[in-house]
Amino acid sequence: MPTPLIEAMAIRKQFPGVLALDGVSCAIMPGEVLAIVGENGAGKSTLMKVIAGIYTPDAGELRMNGQPVRFDGPADAMEAGIFLIHQELSLAENLSVLDNLFLGRERTRLGFLRVLDRASMAATGRDVLARVGLPKELLHVEVGALPPGQKQLVEIARALINDAKAIIMDEPTSSLTQKETDTLYSVIDALRSSGVSILYISHRLAEIKRCADRAIVLRDGKLTAMLPKDEINHANLVRYMVGRDLKQFFPRDHRKGAGETVLQIRDLRFAGGPGSGISLDVRAGEVLGMAGLVGAGRTELSEAIFGIRAITGGTIQLAGQPVQIRTPRDAIAVGIYLVPEDRKLNGLVVDGSVGENLSLPNFGRISRYSWLSRLGENELHRESIQRLRVKTPSAKQTIGLLSGGNQQKVVFGKWLARGPKLLILDEPTRGVDVGAKAEIYGLIDELAGQGVAIWMITSDLEELLGMSDRAVVMHEGHIAGELKREECNEEAVMRLATGGSE
Amino acid sequence: MNRIAGVLVLLVGLYAALYATRPSALDSSNLIDVGNRQGFYGIMAIGVGVVMIAGGIDLSIGAVVALAATTFGVLLKNGVHPYGAFLITLMGGTSIGLLHGILVTKFRLKAFLITLCGLFVYRGLARLLTNDLQVGMNAILREKPSFVPSVDWLRFYLTGHEADGKLAFPAMLVLLGVIAVVVGLILQKTSYGRYWYAVGYNEQAARYAGVNVDRQRIVTFMIGSTLAALAGILLLLKDSSVKPDNAGMAYELEAITGAVLGGVSLRGGSGTALGVVLGAAVLPLLKNLIIFLEIPSAVEPVVIGTTLLLGTTVDELLRKRSSTRKSG
Repeated sequence: MPTPLIEAMAIRKQFPGVLALDGVSCAIMPGEVLAIVGENGAGKSTLMKVIAGIYTPDAGELRMNGQPVRFDGPADAMEAGIFLIHQELSLAENLSVLDNLFLGRERTRLGFLRVLDRASMAATGRDVLARVGLPKELLHVEVGALPPGQKQLVEIARALINDAKAIIMDEPTSSLTQKETDTLYSVIDALRSSGVSILYISHRLAEIKRCADRAIVLRDGKLTAMLPKDEINHANLVRYMVGRDLKQFFPRDHRKGAGETVLQIRDLRFAGGPGSGISLDVRAGEVLGMAGLVGAGRTELSEAIFGIRAITGGTIQLAGQPVQIRTPRDAIAVGIYLVPEDRKLNGLVVDGSVGENLSLPNFGRISRYSWLSRLGENELHRESIQRLRVKTPSAKQTIGLLSGGNQQKVVFGKWLARGPKLLILDEPTRGVDVGAKAEIYGLIDELAGQGVAIWMITSDLEELLGMSDRAVVMHEGHIAGELKREECNEEAVMRLATGGSE
Repeated sequence: MNRIAGVLVLLVGLYAALYATRPSALDSSNLIDVGNRQGFYGIMAIGVGVVMIAGGIDLSIGAVVALAATTFGVLLKNGVHPYGAFLITLMGGTSIGLLHGILVTKFRLKAFLITLCGLFVYRGLARLLTNDLQVGMNAILREKPSFVPSVDWLRFYLTGHEADGKLAFPAMLVLLGVIAVVVGLILQKTSYGRYWYAVGYNEQAARYAGVNVDRQRIVTFMIGSTLAALAGILLLLKDSSVKPDNAGMAYELEAITGAVLGGVSLRGGSGTALGVVLGAAVLPLLKNLIIFLEIPSAVEPVVIGTTLLLGTTVDELLRKRSSTRKSG
């Protein structure tokens, strides 16, 4: 077996309150693309930062070509040929491509005066731009003027200039168009064949399958799997990332089947909506998934029902009774609750504590004559936090400091305490890590089992297919079709979402 | 470039207004006098400009000017040779910058806060040092007649003033020219300059590129405070006397204004030496115009503030238009 280029041996890294890496060992061969997979907080980025010299491990050892190495800062790692391409691009956008390529390692003349040797740098710069497929005219362009894909290639070029042996890419395609992604793939292929190793952090299975020779999976700071190329598949990744099977991931343990119609919308028209009316039913105890492309009008429809958008025509009935909804107060009064898409904007007082956020819509329950009952409030907080399994040190914790998943649970908790009839969830798991996703799905299932009508707007196909009892698909403001659970599959949803007929 | 063109237009407009108000204002004697003032402000503006390019700010300039001016005087009074006193005072300024830099980088304190505290502390030290009394060059030289030739030499070649206060040539403008050329070369032609722009725009990026960010930031603070101390020495030389409680008052704001007018971004990462020189030339010229227009001095701050507001607004509009044109 050849000597690995880089070996991490039992790396341990402790942050205040978190053990980010707990004895992780892995190795990367020369000219290999190794994918690093794991949910947010699993330790992927920490491991990469240790390898790139940004963090010093508390215990364990790094080896390069079999020799122990110690990096005091990123400059050391770069000296050794390890480069990290960051999630948030780390270029000085006010400087030219050339300046960025050589930033920190300029070629200079006249000793300590360090006068830049531009001619020599430009010559090398042109060569290396060609290697990453960028035109040499870009050399003197300000980086800020480049699209994200080209910025990333500039970063890769910067690594190549310095004889990179390993390049670490942290979510490299998160801000790229498909075309830019394809360019990146071909650059990755070219690098691999020239012997450069690539460590590739990603969430996206398709990408990992396309690029990686091997994948390692991290969970809670530990290495849970090392998968060869032919074992990289969705079931395996989820199993090792979450620690349980896919089937349990989308639970339907509590659901007893759909009951009475809770929400009945007939020929509804609203500000910013389509000219013709929309009709929709949501029944008690069911999860109605709503799919559609971004901009199909799903969020707008839910906003109309929740009283954020003015309703201009049609009727809404709740449990058989006609209701008038003009403001969110009206909606809440009849038992309709919305968990909005952008938690930070609409769902939470981010600077407030967990407790304050839980109390906010529940003052009726915890106060008498507008006088807050401390006991009632504490009771509410304890009950909600326990029921939702919110990971927080206490109800006093500032909510902005919790993870996305735990924030989302608090948004749920706000409404749960009031016993909702209809819960509208707009992208309930966006920006939430896999572990918290599983818990949120469990919660949705439990609520449906208690007879709450759930209307879940989602752009995540797996979530739609996994959770829905029934799905409706919107296209350009209209309901393009409805799919029973049995009929619900990726092709059917996409056909409707893109305007095809049933 | 755009920015420089803008501030040039503003300067030409002000000179034209000066001429329209009173053609004699463009006599060489007035131009030399204004030019010398422009040089004086420009030196401080270049200093704070460098700090700002690297992402910092220095609010202590006025107080450092006062402390340097009084220190220089007190050193002379205590028998330190003028050339020695000159160097010691400059180095004092450098140390103040070093202190700012260390507090900002190693202790992770905000430059705004550090230098705001400095503004009070150095002013206080200046008053303490002099028992809150005026420092007069003539009185010092009466006590130390042997210093007269070297003080005269410094005064003449650094400020252009002769012993009787007459202005022979705009020495401070020349001095600014030399400093600006050096700083300009550092900014454009050396790796130090690259680092300052990179650090000011995106400290993280510079750090990850292997740049010793802390050292670069400290160096810019040292340059800023050293130039402020130089301005303090110049102040005592040209005015012959300074009062510790008001010498250099609000100079930091005028220096920052000059730098910003000249294209230095308050957010860091942009600006040029030439731009700062031109930007710093605006205020003294404007003040001169106000005198010639016989506007009551009480109204002066309002005129200055309004003109700057207009200038920067027009510039911002021009810049927005040019950037949309580029992308569209």
